[in-house]
Amino acid sequence: MEFLRPATWQEALAAKAEHPTAVPIAGGTDVMVEINFDHRRPDHLLDLNRIAELEEWETGEDTVRLGASVPYSRIMAGLRTELPGLALASHTVASPQIRNRGGVGGNLGTASPAGDAHPALLAGGGAVEAESVRGSRLIPIDDFYTGVKRNALAPDELIRAVHLKKATGPQQFSKVGTRNAMVIAVCAFGIALHPDTRTVRTGIGSAAPTPIRAKAAEEFLAAAMDEAGLWDSGKPVPPAVAKQFADLVSGAANPIDDVRGTATYRRHALGVMARRTLGWTWQQYRDHQGSKSCA
Amino acid sequence: MGITRTPTSLTQSSATRGGIGESTLRPDGTLKVTGEFAYSSDLWHEDMLWGYTLRSTVAHAAIVSIDTSEALATSGVYAVLTYDDLPTEVKHYGLEIRDTPVLAHGKVRHHGEPVALVAADHPETARRAAAKIRVEYDALPVITDEASATAPDAVLVHEGRDDHHIGHVPHPNIVHRQPIVRGDADRAAERADVVVSGEYVFGMQDQAFLGPESGLAVPAEDGGVDLYVATQWLHSDLRQIAPVLGLPERKVRMTLSGVGGAFGGREDLSMQIHGCLLALRTGKPVKIVYNRFESFFGHVHRHPARLWYEHGATRNGKLTHVRCRIVLDGGAYASASPAVVGNAASLSIGPYVVEDVDIEALALYTNNPPCGAMRGFGAVQACFAYEAQMDKVAAELGMDPVEFRQVNAMEQGTVMPTGQTVDSPAPVAELLRRVKSRPLPPERQWETTEGADVRALPGGLSNTTHGEGVVRGVGYAVGIKNVGFSEGFDDYSTARVRMQVINGEPVATVHTAMAEVGQGGVTVHAQIARSELGVTQVTIQPADTQVGSAGSTSASRQTYMTGGAVKNTCEAVREKVLDLGRRRFGSYHPAWATAELLLEGGKVVTDGGEALADIADVLEDDVVDLELEFRHRPTQAFDLRTGQGNGHVQYSFAAHRAVVEVDTELGLVKVVELACAQDVGKALNPLSVVGQIQGGTTQGLGVAVMEEIVVDPKTALVRNPSFTDYLIPTILDTPTIPVDVLELADEHAPYGLRGIGEAPTLSSTPAVLAAIRQATGLELNRTPVRPEHLTGS
Ligand SMILES: Cc1cc2nc3c(=O)[nH]c(=O)nc-3n(C[C@H](O)[C@H](O)[C@H](O)COP(=O)(O)OP(=O)(O)OC[C@H]3O[C@@H](n4cnc5c(N)ncnc54)[C@H](O)[C@@H]3O)c2cc1C
Repeated sequence: MEFLRPATWQEALAAKAEHPTAVPIAGGTDVMVEINFDHRRPDHLLDLNRIAELEEWETGEDTVRLGASVPYSRIMAGLRTELPGLALASHTVASPQIRNRGGVGGNLGTASPAGDAHPALLAGGGAVEAESVRGSRLIPIDDFYTGVKRNALAPDELIRAVHLKKATGPQQFSKVGTRNAMVIAVCAFGIALHPDTRTVRTGIGSAAPTPIRAKAAEEFLAAAMDEAGLWDSGKPVPPAVAKQFADLVSGAANPIDDVRGTATYRRHALGVMARRTLGWTWQQYRDHQGSKSCA
Repeated sequence: MGITRTPTSLTQSSATRGGIGESTLRPDGTLKVTGEFAYSSDLWHEDMLWGYTLRSTVAHAAIVSIDTSEALATSGVYAVLTYDDLPTEVKHYGLEIRDTPVLAHGKVRHHGEPVALVAADHPETARRAAAKIRVEYDALPVITDEASATAPDAVLVHEGRDDHHIGHVPHPNIVHRQPIVRGDADRAAERADVVVSGEYVFGMQDQAFLGPESGLAVPAEDGGVDLYVATQWLHSDLRQIAPVLGLPERKVRMTLSGVGGAFGGREDLSMQIHGCLLALRTGKPVKIVYNRFESFFGHVHRHPARLWYEHGATRNGKLTHVRCRIVLDGGAYASASPAVVGNAASLSIGPYVVEDVDIEALALYTNNPPCGAMRGFGAVQACFAYEAQMDKVAAELGMDPVEFRQVNAMEQGTVMPTGQTVDSPAPVAELLRRVKSRPLPPERQWETTEGADVRALPGGLSNTTHGEGVVRGVGYAVGIKNVGFSEGFDDYSTARVRMQVINGEPVATVHTAMAEVGQGGVTVHAQIARSELGVTQVTIQPADTQVGSAGSTSASRQTYMTGGAVKNTCEAVREKVLDLGRRRFGSYHPAWATAELLLEGGKVVTDGGEALADIADVLEDDVVDLELEFRHRPTQAFDLRTGQGNGHVQYSFAAHRAVVEVDTELGLVKVVELACAQDVGKALNPLSVVGQIQGGTTQGLGVAVMEEIVVDPKTALVRNPSFTDYLIPTILDTPTIPVDVLELADEHAPYGLRGIGEAPTLSSTPAVLAAIRQATGLELNRTPVRPEHLTGS
């Protein structure tokens, strides 16, 4: 196994072009596990740890350009306001040690249905900035996950950053595991209210071959809220609407029975999380509205 | 010799008296928390090879052929061994029944059974060469439960059994069966106003020790071998290893290396024989280290069990009778199954007075992973079931569950179902009173001025509830565990103690073969030596087979047994020192002849406190050095039909109160508090006692809400051999564990102490289950409880 250590981003892209089967390694919290268990025996490892810009983020007018290797612990601490859903999701990943190493680029690289960043990314909305010597492109997050542990990257591409819409409304993230910390999701749910567009976006983890959105649930909720004028009135979401939303989220999932949980339980839990997180975000939205009108 | 990271002596001085009853610190504590401590996986020899074990990928199959040629031809490979390469006629080992092949012969009986060994100059080379060994299997029907094991046409897991249990078991796929009959349960049942029955299931728990199986075997010039290994009982290993190697025991010199936890899982052999075989074959030192995945196959687990119980009681809350049947799954090899059966049967009704009982416990041979010793040893599974029953009967009677237990609680003088009279304190009712009288943690304890603290809620940081759906439950349980080896086993420990003057100071050196597995034996040995010999400086030598057996670090026995042996030898050493003193100084002071003399603060003192001489002056250049054996009082075998017999040495009791918050919609649980009260006889080291109780309590919590090895019922393959999916509690799952320690001396035991390590593991699980039942109103007859059991989905 050869260990490539590019000093710059350009060198990294060149190396990836020359060795398309090279496996990039950022925090290594997925890669090293696979190597230790001999699930993977790459010819080349491409170490991204010398490339400083991957560990930085830039905050623009409407978006955050999050470097691929920014570790979860820094997202939790530094991006709570701009990316509340992702910050919450980051806090549920593994343990402090892993959160100091692992980041969103690696989560996207692995593209496991159980990756915790995905539901938050899907709900918040954004795009993956993929780059190769051929140039750079933005892959909308909705198009990024292509199969079980597969993504839309071309063999010569690396993830430079993720472009994420800055939150315009409350966001939440919930994950069920059979332990109260340091656990792979049995299933997970992310929700983001987008008052600017009067839409709601969602993300479901560990309950389908890839991370997915519950589109029917989103559309139903947006329509129901519009119809009832809730965005303006800030009135509570009627329980029947919340229930229907929850049922549609359950229905969107396509889970399996495995050693971590049953398909039936996953559907059930997603519904509960959908109802609760909708309640929390909506309460946050109302509190915010209330404080605006008082001021 | 070129070996590094082998064990060294631990020398500890103490500024205080540092004797028994003090919370002196562990001599190995600083090394462990700073990462300096050498565990067995750190062993190193400059020109060593690495061993690797090829294991079966199927649970039950005939081996048609094994082709090792490609592996052998791999560069860097020094040896590939199969059953055919075993050097002597002894090709099996086992704790009690020698039924476990060193390497599979003709067939494999469980997933992960060792089939072949490779030694190579690099661990990766060994692993890859092993992957080139071609094993052809011919599948056999898989036996996974009682029905498939005892069916009339069932395939026998072991054909041609000739062990001493085969004569009394109803089927050759039953390892051992122990009935206990006392009184007349049928007649007593007629007096019962309520009768409650239930069926319970206990999942397979893993010891999950953090230091994987590992060791280093170094061939010696005399044709023997030096083996450095992490184990629980050096001499038991030795007895099993030497015959397979064809060596006399004195040529297999074993030294205990740093042990990263055990909990019963190191009582059976793992890499010991394999490492020695490869070392002797290649003439080179061989190191074997399992990784976590392999470790799940490298040791036995806690027996999963199915238990049927019937309890009867009169309207005023007196138990009339208990009938029960406990079926333990021993897996493919016997391991400790017979003794686990004896425990499960004899402790099956719990710490209660019941005169009329009809009990049966048995262990099966199946193709599931082999099961054997784990903290609590048969008593854990029973406690889970009988405590659930006690709650059910109380509910049926409309009685408070604690009061119902107290009404039936045993005490000193109670006669066990085996006919044995409990002849030391048994404060069962008092332990329950103590946990019950503690104030409860405040309701809605997760609420803070800034909103809900999710860490105090079910789901924790996963942010699943801010209080929605959360219901509190409180549950109680109490258990009884035996201490020491039972059923007539000649259980003894050996201690060698030397006393001499070094740099003008009297120093004691303690040498035993006790396996320090984290329990703190080295700490209490130093304390005992200080108390008995009046020294401050004590050196604990590495445990090895150059000294007599210390027995196993299990059965809550080591402080009692090897601690007792150290005390016993120290007393003899003290007598020798006093003899020397009498000879040297007797004529200067009459007290030498008349008074009771002690060694204290470096001096010989009278029981009145008068100092007669410095120990250093008494000893001068003399060295007092003694090695003595220590035994507990003998026990008896249980009668094979009636189960009668004074089978146990001592009993140990703990009670728990669990307070849980359950998210009833998501089926997630947060244990908020798990209070324990335990009688320890005498706390030799109060800090260690609390540590043991908290650790045991947490292990019990683990199997209540998450820990389970999942075995596919169709294939008998293990589905979760990793810490990704075999979950053990993190610190966020571990509640506050207030501990109430009673010290009611057992006059039969050294210092009056009671073995403590296991009892807290018993009652913790049923207390948590009871609390979850109270919160949810569900019956919950299975542990661990999974979210889908609570949500019905
Ligand atoms: C003990 C433990 C617990 C864990 N718990 C969780 C958990 O709770 N939730 C969770 O979601 N995950 C968990 N993980 C998995 C892992 O930590 C995460 O997936 C993490 O986000 C990976 O990030 P990394 O930087 O370490 O990735 P790496 O391991 O370095 O890489 C992961 C994958 O991404 C690719 N990659 C990395 N960077 C790039 C890039 N810039 N461009 C293209 N490809 C790239 C790599 O080639 C590889 O395929 C856990 C892992 C461990 C070891």
